[in-house]
Amino acid sequence: MSPRRFLLVVVVIAVYLLHQDFWWWRTAKPLVFGFLPVGLFYHACYSVAAALLMWLLVKYAWPSHLE
Amino acid sequence: MIPALVVFLYLGVVLYIGIFAFRRAPGRQDAEDYFLAGRSLGPFVFLFSLFGAHMTAFTILGSSGHAFHNGIVTFGLMASSSGLVVPLTLFLVGTRVWSLGKRHGFMTPVQMFRDRWETSHIGTVIFAVQALLLVPYIVIGVIGGGTTLNAISGGLVPYWFGGAVVALVVMSYVFFGGMRGTAWVNTFQTILFLAFGAVAVTVIGAGLGGFRETMEALLASPATAPLLTRERVPPLFFFSYTFIPLSAIAFPHISIFCLTARRLQQFRKTVILYPLCILAIWLPCVFLGVAANRVTDIPQIRDKIEARRALAVWGPRLSPAERDQLRARMAADDVVLLLLGRYAPIWLAGLLGAGIMAAVMASDSQILALSTMFTEDVFAHYGGKARFGESVQVHTGRIFVVLLTIVAYTIALRFPQSIFELAVQYGFSGFAALSPLVVAAVYWRRSTKWGALASTVWVIASVAAVAVLQWLVPAPAPGPPTVVWSVGGVEVLVRTANGTAVCGLMPVVPMTLVSVVLLVVVSWLTPRPSAATLARYFEPLKR
Repeated sequence: MSPRRFLLVVVVIAVYLLHQDFWWWRTAKPLVFGFLPVGLFYHACYSVAAALLMWLLVKYAWPSHLE
Repeated sequence: MIPALVVFLYLGVVLYIGIFAFRRAPGRQDAEDYFLAGRSLGPFVFLFSLFGAHMTAFTILGSSGHAFHNGIVTFGLMASSSGLVVPLTLFLVGTRVWSLGKRHGFMTPVQMFRDRWETSHIGTVIFAVQALLLVPYIVIGVIGGGTTLNAISGGLVPYWFGGAVVALVVMSYVFFGGMRGTAWVNTFQTILFLAFGAVAVTVIGAGLGGFRETMEALLASPATAPLLTRERVPPLFFFSYTFIPLSAIAFPHISIFCLTARRLQQFRKTVILYPLCILAIWLPCVFLGVAANRVTDIPQIRDKIEARRALAVWGPRLSPAERDQLRARMAADDVVLLLLGRYAPIWLAGLLGAGIMAAVMASDSQILALSTMFTEDVFAHYGGKARFGESVQVHTGRIFVVLLTIVAYTIALRFPQSIFELAVQYGFSGFAALSPLVVAAVYWRRSTKWGALASTVWVIASVAAVAVLQWLVPAPAPGPPTVVWSVGGVEVLVRTANGTAVCGLMPVVPMTLVSVVLLVVVSWLTPRPSAATLARYFEPLKR
């Protein structure tokens, strides 16, 4: 496995693990923008991070040989 | 009644798009054109139709209903995990399925399994299990249609009639338009329900008196403050939910959609934008579901909150039947509709109702997928196509669409269960546990038909076992679960208020892990497919 591919696998696993955000499990505060509980805000940001991850995969690991 | 009329108008537009707008000349319609739109979808339609096919009635109705009772955890459970896992599986598996489908002419996953594992009847078993698990998913669409039209019209359109109208509209454009009509309708619907979220949040937020005030009020009450955290959901249970989105790539309608792309490039935008589309629709719905707990001027919502309180306080002393009555009163799939009815201007409520209907009507691609599977995996496979020709095959598919719609509608009239529970317990968990089959078919040379059979039999047996367990052991009141089986003081199998847990995990986790183990072990113990078949499959997939 090339170093780039290995790095991408590590990033994918890291993003998957970051879904389990136990650190804000029992708190609603701070309310981001005054109304979004922090746990909900985190997972909204997580969705954006997932999109960025997919952009990385498309850019650096696109299976063009399948075309 | 005006909002309901707007929704009926919307249904008319959908019918037009599905049947007439993108129709090809009748002479062009062979099986591949009818069932796969001739493998010709461009990037825009591919993204929106695939996304629309994956989202169902509970994207809006079930998610807000679940958030109403469980709080913000709903987003992490179902949306953000899907935002990672679904595009990842499309990237890793969907692209390979597309490539093999194009190379070998497959139109269904079972065709690929049969060819890849050199089997006939085991493919039929997989078809039967997929069909069995997909039917509840289709039923959800009918239930959602009936619920939505009933609520939007203020009860003037009865549930049975609303469900019938939705079923009839979906059946018509699938019948006439096939995949091309379905894809364009899905595209139109996806744009509509993505717009729904932003508009609904703005309108209802103003009606509630501002979100900042609403959240502060919810935080100030001990009864509602936990809804803004995840303290009521154990982290282990939360983790186990990340297995559910594995179902996406095993859903036949998603696999079949993967085959409709004109080029591999079409997957690029789809996998990048998928998490953002999920964010755009789920975040407003979950937020509104939570915020609805602040509402005091909608009697139906007050009644749901009162029923929840009664279940929490008196639940352990009530009989199972009395608890079920309270749960029926708590059913919150209509909470967004009630908010719209109260806070949106009447014309806007109609447009937003159409947005909800757009999400509800996702059953089209499942109906078409089942029809494709029946005609390809049963009718054509067992000689029907060779004997009667391709034209009869397409007609058979259309007849199947009609029969399936009638069956789904009949079931929908008899199911009182919450949309969300119905889907997760039977459809999603089962398909998630079937996902190892698809992965093994395109990645693991050593996998065999017997491994696939062992995995498939396990999946259907475990789904049935969970259903029987939940039928035999009534759901307890919120709080301590009913222990069904414990070993040395460790609770192995418990019946919870919302379902079943195995060692604190959702059943989908052991179902999927055992499915993998069976697939691997049985494959190792049985002869692999011929070298010629393996070369045909894996040489083109090499970098």
